[in-house]
Amino acid sequence: MLEIAGLQVAYGAIRAVRDVSLTLAEGELVTLLGANGAGKSSTLMCIAGALPAAAGAIRLEGQDVTAARPEVMARRGVATVPETRDVFPDLTVDENLQLGAYTRRNDTKGVAEDRTRMFGMFPVLAERSSQPAGTLSGGEQQMLVIARAMMSRPRILLLDEPSLGLAPTIVNRIFEMIATLKGSGLTILLVEQNASKALEVADRAYVMRLGKIEAEGTAAEIAAATDLKALYLAG
Amino acid sequence: MSFFLQFMIDVLSLGGAYALMALGLVIVYGILRLVNFAYGELIMVAGYTMYLTSGSGLPWLVMAAVAVLMAIMAGIATDYIAFRPVRAKSVTAVLITSFAFSTLLQNAALLFISPRPRNVPLPEIFSETVQFAGVITPARNLITIATAVVMLGLFSWLMRHTVLGIAMRAAATNFTMARMLGVPANLIISSAFAISGLLAGVVSMLWIGRVGAVVPGVGLEPLLIAFIATVIGGMRSLQGAVLGGFLLAFMDITLNFTLPQDLLKFRDAFTFSLVILILLWRPQGLIRGPASGQRT
Repeated sequence: MLEIAGLQVAYGAIRAVRDVSLTLAEGELVTLLGANGAGKSSTLMCIAGALPAAAGAIRLEGQDVTAARPEVMARRGVATVPETRDVFPDLTVDENLQLGAYTRRNDTKGVAEDRTRMFGMFPVLAERSSQPAGTLSGGEQQMLVIARAMMSRPRILLLDEPSLGLAPTIVNRIFEMIATLKGSGLTILLVEQNASKALEVADRAYVMRLGKIEAEGTAAEIAAATDLKALYLAG
Repeated sequence: MSFFLQFMIDVLSLGGAYALMALGLVIVYGILRLVNFAYGELIMVAGYTMYLTSGSGLPWLVMAAVAVLMAIMAGIATDYIAFRPVRAKSVTAVLITSFAFSTLLQNAALLFISPRPRNVPLPEIFSETVQFAGVITPARNLITIATAVVMLGLFSWLMRHTVLGIAMRAAATNFTMARMLGVPANLIISSAFAISGLLAGVVSMLWIGRVGAVVPGVGLEPLLIAFIATVIGGMRSLQGAVLGGFLLAFMDITLNFTLPQDLLKFRDAFTFSLVILILLWRPQGLIRGPASGQRT
């Protein structure tokens, strides 16, 4: 469904992503692991269209989308949850969700249904629907950005470090939700530093180091490979 | 009591005009993080449209509507000509193109129309005065207050209850994230310029309505007022712009009433001194905008 070949991303003279090739099949949950600074987030933001690719190709269902703008990727069914947990702080929770459905804003009935569904899934968001999103706690904001991404009824979800800086119980909740989303047939690319958690839910995994893919395999294979511990912890 | 009423009418009418000017500037600044220095020329464009249509025999309201429409078009043109081609480049580039576009429009007016003031048609009500509760005031002041109330209400409704408005507020805090939700960057920016043009056009009718004539440099003072009002109120906040506009008007009118005759010509020096004091106290402006914000 999503195919990335020889991708490079550069910030000026610094090449954050040197050579990344990966594939994502329909309904699959693939995790991209690696230490801080390995280039995982840059890879993800480049797929989302928020960073330009210096080289390589990104194909979505066979069509080249390497140079597509972020709004085009969103329209084509790719929803992104960046690691910075970008809620719009001065918009209410409800307005955040409403914007999540921007690409299908004419489908008023469907959007209203999804809103109810999201509030069912995240009762805390329903309680706070008219509060500014900036007043939510970190975990609540993470739930909001995931719910907001789901409002577009995406076909691919790009999740960047959903567990970052959250308390263990909340991390568990978030990973339960990721498993639920996967169960609903959604295709997910999950970037994580929390390798053990990510490998529990993933089908396959790639390990990145210094901008390159160092290893790939099924989640079980990667989890069993003891030498990889050194790889993604050593940075 | 009647003195107080007189004072309030003066502050509210001047403040209403200032607030609209400031909003028109800050709506673009909030999204692009760039001051549109060609903003004053939108006011000029509306003014000259009034002059050029004055012989047409159309009712004043129709001419005014055409003038506002021209200001909106000029706003969108600013985006296409001065901003869009260099938006991805440096901040300096955009700053210079906006100055260039401003100079270009002013010189076009000098060259093709005249450096001398040109009369614009005014409806009769603009020169009438009304008397009530012991107060005599130009009807124009009451019209300005009413227009400001309507425009601010419309603006607030647009920003809160339409998808476009919510998307614009979102884009003002995090443009990239808004785009990743599918909000097209160009639509948001063009809309900001169009709204800026609408406000400039409406302000132009009120501003030029005071003197009944338009000159090529007519936009300079409103630009300056809008800029100062937004700096006092907080460059990142729409409410701040409105507050700044009214506060600036309050200072101006208070000084008008209190300064002795021979100091009155230095009023702006007093106003600016107060502005400096406010900025020493709150360098970020009275209302701090949303926290984040990167350029696009």
